[in-house]
Order: sequence, then C-alpha cells, then structure tokens
Amino acid sequence: MSAAAGKALTSSRLQSHFELFGLPPAFALNKEALEKAYREIQSQVHPDRFAHAGDAERRASMQWTTRVNEAYRVLKSPVQRARHILELHGVDVAFETNTQMPTDFLLQQLELREELEAALQKKDGSLLDALKKSLREQKQLLESEIGNAIDQRQNYEEAAGPVRKLMFLDRLDAEIDEAYEEIE
Amino acid sequence: MALLQISEPGMSAAPHEHRLAVGIDLGTTNSLVATVRSGTPAVLPDSLGRPLLPSVVRYQADGKVEVGYAAQAKQAIDPRNTIASVKRFMGRGLKDVAHVESAPYDFVDAPGMVQLRTAAGIKSPVEISSEILKVLRARAELSLQGNISGAVITVPAYFDEAQRQATKDAGRLAGLNVLRLLNEPTAAAIAYGLENASEGIYAVYDLGGGTFDLSILKLSRGVFEVVATSGDSMLGGDDFDQRLFCWAVEKAKLPPLGARDMRLLQMKAREAKEYLTFHGEAPLTAKLSGGEVVDLSIDSETFCSITQTLVGKTLGPVRKALRDAGLAVEDIKGVVMVGGATRMPQVQRAVAEFFRRDPLNNLDPDKVVALGAAMQANVLAGNKPQGEDWLLLDVIPLSLGIETMGGLAEKIIARNTTIPAAKAQEFTTFKDGQTGMSFHVVQGERELVADCRSLARFELKGIPPMAAGAARIRVTFQVDADGLLHVAAKENSSGVEASVAVKPSYGLADADIERMLRDSFEHAKEDMHARALSEYRVDGQRLLEATRSAVSVDGALLRPEERKEIEHKIAELEKLLGGKDARAIKQALDALNRATEEFAQRRMDHGIRRALSGKMIGSL
Repeated sequence: MSAAAGKALTSSRLQSHFELFGLPPAFALNKEALEKAYREIQSQVHPDRFAHAGDAERRASMQWTTRVNEAYRVLKSPVQRARHILELHGVDVAFETNTQMPTDFLLQQLELREELEAALQKKDGSLLDALKKSLREQKQLLESEIGNAIDQRQNYEEAAGPVRKLMFLDRLDAEIDEAYEEIE
Repeated sequence: MALLQISEPGMSAAPHEHRLAVGIDLGTTNSLVATVRSGTPAVLPDSLGRPLLPSVVRYQADGKVEVGYAAQAKQAIDPRNTIASVKRFMGRGLKDVAHVESAPYDFVDAPGMVQLRTAAGIKSPVEISSEILKVLRARAELSLQGNISGAVITVPAYFDEAQRQATKDAGRLAGLNVLRLLNEPTAAAIAYGLENASEGIYAVYDLGGGTFDLSILKLSRGVFEVVATSGDSMLGGDDFDQRLFCWAVEKAKLPPLGARDMRLLQMKAREAKEYLTFHGEAPLTAKLSGGEVVDLSIDSETFCSITQTLVGKTLGPVRKALRDAGLAVEDIKGVVMVGGATRMPQVQRAVAEFFRRDPLNNLDPDKVVALGAAMQANVLAGNKPQGEDWLLLDVIPLSLGIETMGGLAEKIIARNTTIPAAKAQEFTTFKDGQTGMSFHVVQGERELVADCRSLARFELKGIPPMAAGAARIRVTFQVDADGLLHVAAKENSSGVEASVAVKPSYGLADADIERMLRDSFEHAKEDMHARALSEYRVDGQRLLEATRSAVSVDGALLRPEERKEIEHKIAELEKLLGGKDARAIKQALDALNRATEEFAQRRMDHGIRRALSGKMIGSL
C-alpha cells in the first residue's frame, strides 16, 4: 500500500453517525438496519474481543465502542436523531439559549404539568397513564412534522421548531416516569 | 449459533494452549467458582465435593483466617470475629449499612468505607472479601492443576462505582487477574440463554442474600443486550431473616440480646425460613446463653404477612426497568429466577402474578451466575473458537453526574446507557478572575447532590483569570467495560487538565495493596521477581501472537516503513523473552504496544468497513 493510501485510510474518519452505520442521513429510520449494523460493528470492536490483545488495540477498541454506542444512542432517539441531522446541516437547535416558544404551546405545557401535579397529589396511576397516552400522540404528530420538514422538504430551519417542542415533551415524559416512581 | 464469522484480532491464528479462566460469584451468603471444561461450564467443588463456599470469614488472634463452613460453624461462638455477609459493607460508609444495631460486629467508621475491628486487627470489607476469593482461587488452581490466567467476578447490576471498585480491588488483593466485572443478572442470562438457545426479550429477577437486581435483556443471534436494569442494593434474603428474627424477639418477649445470642437467633431464623420453603410450618427454637429457651413455631401464612412489604419492594424496580425499557409486561417472553431467595414461595407467586406467567426455574438459582461468569471468562481468555462466541452489551445502572451551583446534580451519563460510554459537557466559572474549580462527581437519580452518592472530588487549577462565565471547561466522563468511571477536566484556552479515576477510600492506598500482595507472596515463598518475570513473559508471548496475527491478516494497512518498525520491535521483544530481565521485557513490551497504536486504530476502522460491507470476514 502506498503511503498516500495509508494516510487516506486514517484521515477518512467516519463523519456522521449515519455514515458510521452505513445508513442514509434521513429522519425516517430503518430500525432493523440500524440494529443489524450496530451489532455487526460491535462484533468487530467490542472490548470483549480484545481482552487478550495488546494495550494499543484495547484502547482503540474502547474508543471505537464508545463512539459506536453514542452514535447508536443518538440515532435510536427521534429527538437526538433530528438534532444530529440539523447539526449536520448547520442548524443549531440551541435549546438552552433559545427558549422562545409559541405562547399557545407554552400554555398547553403548563396545563399538562398541572395535570401531572394533580395526578401526583391524588396518587393516581391511571391519570398518569392517560397523560402518557396523550403525550405519545402529540409526540407522534411532532415526529411526522419533523419527518416532513427534513425528509420531504429538506427544510432544516423549519424542523427546528418542532424539534424544540419534542424536547419539551421528552422532558415531561421523564417527569411522568419519576411521578410513577413517587406514587409506587 | 448464527453469529457473523469474524477474525479475532486479539488471537493467534496458530493453535495455542487453553488458558485457565474462572468465573467467580462472590455472593452475600455463598460464593462459588466455576470454569468451562471441554466446552461445558461446571462449578468446582471443594475437596469434600461441596460446591458452595459460605461467604463467612473468621479472624483469630494468632492471625489465622478461617473461611467457609469452618467459619460459619463458629458464628454463634465467636460472632465478633466471624464476619458474614461482608458484601453488604463493600464500598459503604457506616451510615449506609442497614441493621447496624443488630450486627454483632465492632464497626470502625472510616472515611469512605466502614471497617471492622477483629482479633487480628482492623479489617476492611475489601480485605475480608479477598480472603474468600483466595480460597476460591486455591480451589480452582488445585482442581485445574495450574495457574489461573484470569477471572471474571460478578457483581450485582445495581452496585455503584464504589462497590464495583472495591470488588475489583478485592480480586487484585487475592492475586487474581480480573478480566472483567460482570453483572450478576447478565451472567445468569448468558447461562440461561445459551443453555436454552433463547431469542426474545427476557427479564432476570435476581434476589440474592443481600441485593436485588432486575435486568431486562434482548437476546438475539448471539448478542445479549441489556436494555434496562434496576434494583435495590440493600434488599435480599438477609432482610427476610431479619424480619423473622425481629418477629421472634417480639413474640418471645426477649430483652436486648448480646452478640452471641443475636447471632444464634439469626441463624435459627434463617433455618426456619429455609424450612418454610417446603413446609407449611417451621419450628424456631434456641437455647440462649442465660438459659432461657425460645420455643416458637411459625406458619407460612404468618411468614408471608411479615415479609409482604419486602416482596412488594422488589416490584418497584421491576416497574421502573420496564418503563425505562419502554416495554409492557406482555413484551416479556420469560422471567429467569436467580438467587437463593427466589426459592421462597411468596416470591415465586408475586413474580408470577406480576408478569402473568410462571417464572423460569430450570437452572439452579445458586449456580447459574457462576456458570455464566465462567462462560464469559472463557470467551475473554480467548478459548472460544472463531464464530462460536457471543457478545454482551451491558449498561450502567445509575446516572453519573457532577455537582453544579446550588447543590444540584447535573447528569452527564444517564442510567441504562450502554458501556463503554463517554460524554463531555462544558462548564464555566462563577466569579470574575476565578482560577480554580472543584468538581464533585456523584451517582444517582435525584436532583439534589445531598440525595446522591458522592463518588469523588478533584480540582482543576491554573485557569487563566477571565470574566465570570468566559472560561470553557470541558468535563469528560468515560465509563469502561467494567462500568468503572474516569473523569477528566480541561480548560480550553490554556489546556490545563486534571483527572480522577473514581476510587473509594477504605484505608488502603494502591501502595498498601501492592505491599500486602508482596507480603502474601513472601508468605507463600514465592519470589516476586520470578512472578513478575513470568507475568511479563506471558504478556509478551500474548502480544507477540496478537501482533503477528494482526500483521498477517491486515498487513496491507501498513506502510513498508511502519511494518519494518513493528517487525523490528517484535524481534527485540522475542529476543528478550528468553532472558531473565523482567524490566527489559516490560520495556520491549511497551515499545511494541506504542509502535502498534496507529495500526490498531486503522484495523478497527477497517473492521467497521468490513462489517458494513456485509461480507463474511472469514472469506476475505
């Protein structure tokens, strides 16, 4: 192998999480293909494969597995996947600094949180179940909105709004799970 | 098994000797050691044919240590020096230990981890555990007629960082090369899954002597993927004994008991509990030191009702794991029961009722963890032929984070993240001109630091003075394949760095461990130099094999001058391996490791490409 080719191999570090798994960079995800690629790559790089190898290989194995796990985690989650695509296209979701959300959405969030509070106070699991169900429906709507913006129209700026909303809902979802724990 | 065939980069193409590797279940009540012989995992019994080693250690004034049945028999005679269930104290401070008041030990509160005063001096739980491991190691070496090249030790999945690190140190102190810490329910899933060629989503309900774990795994084509784990590291069969003991004290209207009577009655409570597994009623009788006689009888209904809350307590983590995995009860194909405490009928009933199916009990709940650990040790030792091994993907049980202003915990790596994992986050300064920053690493799910477990503190100094909020400090968390955490902080503009490997303190520094190891080898009349030499030789031989195999498979990835350099280092190491200079061998080893660093990266890169091209690697 020529020196140039050797160099090319090392410098061509796989860029996006999608490339790592050989998947198209789309919001619509082929879950089976992702799982299959993840498992196949893990079979190649996992530290268990290198328990008896030299230090250099063990280190490289840990770095790669870490990377692969992170990529898998991001792609599996709709919010993270969307954020990753937006980042690849230079759109910063900048959740922390940009909390300007439509008023009606914020009002609706307040209502949902009040419902959550009420369920907690009454220690009523069925209220939490209902909340969770309505949340799931809202999330699905947002996800199809994001899918349309990204995959159909390639309009990444447009996708940023629903992605932010989805992040709000994800946080609420986590709070519902905590509420279950509290009343159990 | 329909696994993708792959080349084993760490293994030699040439046939090599079978490496002796064992799996150890270091349990709260009993410990076991197992190995894989001619492809079949088996527990190694002691010379009397007994598979279990009671996890009981007795210290005598002359320094003699008894472990196992002999120590167990003296529990009631010599309670203060006879330590049972030491696993409950691993990585724990005095305030975290449950039932301190009814434990007959002389506790010494030490920073980080509690210690125990015995006739042979103050002992840490790490040292006590290492006594158990030493006996198992000796048992395995006698039975297998050779030195153990590596061991996999199991830990409860819900063990935190401090408890894991303490277990690994105990292994080291026992002179074991710890290949990996493996979560107990995961080990059980391996043994169960491979035995039954299972596919689908399974739950493992593991109620041991002192800990409870619930793991949900996806088994598919030779990959064991843990999707969620939950549990309670302070709940186990011991607590059922304790309830029964308290019931007896109350029922018999006993005055406060001395250490001996307490231990005696606790043992009787345990016997009654075990008897109730197969009988409707059990006697609970004991003759106390003052001459009073306790003569009670308990039926299973009463036992169920006094332990109902304990059984109920296990279901919280079950629900939590299901929620974390985003699964419903209907998605679970089977529930594997592990741990001696799952023999209790009320536990079986509660699990059956919750999952709406009969739990799986076809493997011995005492042995299944050790067998799974042995199977994993066999793979890690490189004894499995290509294409026949499997892959384990495990997670961290508790979120890891850092303390921010106001005593709040900022999660950096969330629970149930697949390991190894790394995550970085940026923090900034609070005051103008601030040149130092102190980091407090915590573990747990709660928002307030005060409610989380404190893991480590470290400082970053030499930050250039800037306005508040201007500095950018990048904090990186790295969790390795054992679930152990390493944290590093770096200031971006100046490049100042600080890092810490999370280690619990228990009065033993690394240097102490080295010294104790050395002492113990001197006792055994082993020459340290000879031991180091033989270890480096084994390492060297391994590295030679691995590197040669790598070059022969992927030599095309090397430039001629790189190849020459590696071959030169190989020759140098090989020349030294026959000699007696341990230090020179170590240096040549390190040099070869350094020379292959870039090559290793490239091979990994290449491996991924091959995996994605979907070809059978064996045919390349």
